[in-house]
Amino acid sequence: MGTSTVEVSGVSKFFRGNAAVSDVSFCVQRGEILGMLGPNGAGKTTTIRMMMDIIKPDRGEIRVFGETAKEGIKDRVGYLPEERGLYRKISVIESLVYLAALKGVKANLARDRATRLLERADMLQHKDKKIQELSRGMGQIIQSIATILHDPELVVLDEPFSGLDPINTELLKEFILELRDQGKAVILSTHMMNQIEELCDRALMINKGRIVLYGSLDEIKSKFRNNSVLLKCDTSPGEIPGVVDTRMRGKSLELFLDGRVSPQELLSILVDRGIGVERFEVSTPSLNEIFIQVVKEER
Amino acid sequence: MRKTAIILRHEFRQTLRRKAFILITVGFPLVLMLGYGTYQGVQHWSQGDADETEISRIGYVDHDGRFGEYRNQDGAAFVLYDREEAARDALLDGGIDEYFVIPEDYVSEGGVYRYTMEREMELPGSVWRRTRDFLLLNLLAGEISPEMMERVRQPVWIDTTRLDEEGGAAPAQDEATKFLLPFVFGVLFMFSILFSASSLFDSVTEEKENRVIEVLLSSVSSRQLLLGKVLGLGVAGFLQMAVWLASIKLFTEFASVNIPALSEISIDLGILAWGMAYFVLGYVLFASVYAGLGSIVPAAKEGQALTFAVAAPAMLPLSLNWFIISNPEGVFARVLSFLPPTAPTASMMRLSVDAMSPWEVVLSLAILAGSVSLTVWASAKVFRTYLLMYGQRPALREIARYLREA
Repeated sequence: MGTSTVEVSGVSKFFRGNAAVSDVSFCVQRGEILGMLGPNGAGKTTTIRMMMDIIKPDRGEIRVFGETAKEGIKDRVGYLPEERGLYRKISVIESLVYLAALKGVKANLARDRATRLLERADMLQHKDKKIQELSRGMGQIIQSIATILHDPELVVLDEPFSGLDPINTELLKEFILELRDQGKAVILSTHMMNQIEELCDRALMINKGRIVLYGSLDEIKSKFRNNSVLLKCDTSPGEIPGVVDTRMRGKSLELFLDGRVSPQELLSILVDRGIGVERFEVSTPSLNEIFIQVVKEER
Repeated sequence: MRKTAIILRHEFRQTLRRKAFILITVGFPLVLMLGYGTYQGVQHWSQGDADETEISRIGYVDHDGRFGEYRNQDGAAFVLYDREEAARDALLDGGIDEYFVIPEDYVSEGGVYRYTMEREMELPGSVWRRTRDFLLLNLLAGEISPEMMERVRQPVWIDTTRLDEEGGAAPAQDEATKFLLPFVFGVLFMFSILFSASSLFDSVTEEKENRVIEVLLSSVSSRQLLLGKVLGLGVAGFLQMAVWLASIKLFTEFASVNIPALSEISIDLGILAWGMAYFVLGYVLFASVYAGLGSIVPAAKEGQALTFAVAAPAMLPLSLNWFIISNPEGVFARVLSFLPPTAPTASMMRLSVDAMSPWEVVLSLAILAGSVSLTVWASAKVFRTYLLMYGQRPALREIARYLREA
């Protein structure tokens, strides 16, 4: 387990006697993007703040780079909080250099890197402007740059896409995938399931302070497979033994199996009956459906 | 330590750029210069042409016959005319500024007749003094010894010594400076302390309002952040105080040429050392309270009333200035110099008139230091807890409960 960038074990945090996070354990490895999802108030931000050593856990242990809350860890971590903002009255470049200095980066180096990243984001011409003169989306890109300016080994992004236009969303995705390819550990907390499906290798879902789902996206999806197949064919397949229910889903027909008939057997029945099959797919629910299902079950 | 230094430097630089800071720091020396200019203007205007620096030419006609000597007095030259018409013509031509006639019965009656072209509310003091001296010296010429003559010209130098309770000589202070110095000290002290401390409040609420705080806390600890801010703004406050003290020093040296009372003002090194201690402790006291408040209120605007409530006690000694200075060793002044919020200002006022014994200074500083460590502790606790709460303001009861539990 020594290779994990972040190792959270049995962590709980109480506010006024109520558990905001209870007995949460997970880990993040180098070179992976872990998606973090959960409804509002589920305890995601509290968990992240504990990882960032902004608040202390009441129980359990958090190891970042194998260490617990040691001075110097903060320099190797980049954090983009959900509650965002920058100094409004200071210029872009000055803000970036100051925030990088607090991460231990020398002013000259910070200036060079900031210039390069601003250029990539096509925002170099705004470097001497004050943040208050820029749009919200631009401010957000600046803040994303501040998050990775010091070349952190662990990057935590809390709702990084909210408020971004499609072009900047693509730019940010590019940044995130690059970080993974450079072998950094990335934690991506978001409500946008499609982003998680697109970017993440593994996901973690928190609800009411507890982990309700944790694993690779494939594992999670297969766990929530509701034993149905999507079928599109030229004629009606008619009565099939083992099929308990049917439902139209888009232009396809979803067949729910009773558990005694496998999708394999179903396919051979259809072939035997001479039905022309255009589409045959074992149905997996989207992350979105899983999310809603889990949250509803918990209520 | 390194990060604290980075925050210190950042806060210091930001403060130096603030308009309010520049205005207040440079404003005080400007006000001094302006006050001096006004004083000079008023002096010049009230003295009119009879300015001390210009020698006025005063004509006279002597019907008595014994007034021929001592014609060059300080600031005036007396010109003898044998006839009144000649003196009048000289006045009309501008050859003299005025003239007077000494009648034959002057010695028995004491009256002279003065003629001038100036409009005057009353006889100018300088004219009265010079004419009197001129007549007096001439009357006594040859009657008394030269030493006596010299004494008549300058009859007295008054040297005043103030005695303390033990009958020893207390350090002399001019009346004006006695009131001026403590007051100026008090005002500057209060201003600098409150300004720096409330800048801290602004700085904390700004970072909380624009949400930078969470990014900062992912880079530094709340302790480093608090310390860096307190030190950075403290250094700025110190710089401000240094500029003010230096400008007072320069000003008194420069202006004492014309305002002799100012030469009496000397900033005692001992007082300065105590002043530093009071400044540092007073600043940290208010700074920690303001930092704590700043972390609690959700937005700067909501905190304005609170900052005033905190500042009020510091201003108390100033509004009660008269009671402290008129009786700096009284119970009231003593109590104020022991109460932590009023101690820095009240003690500085008392110290500047040398009305505080060493044990009082030590006790007052000890009480202050004790309460400072208490507020710093509480403030650091509150700072860490409430900094990330953006929503509503927590109730006072809740904060009190939290501190009790801590």
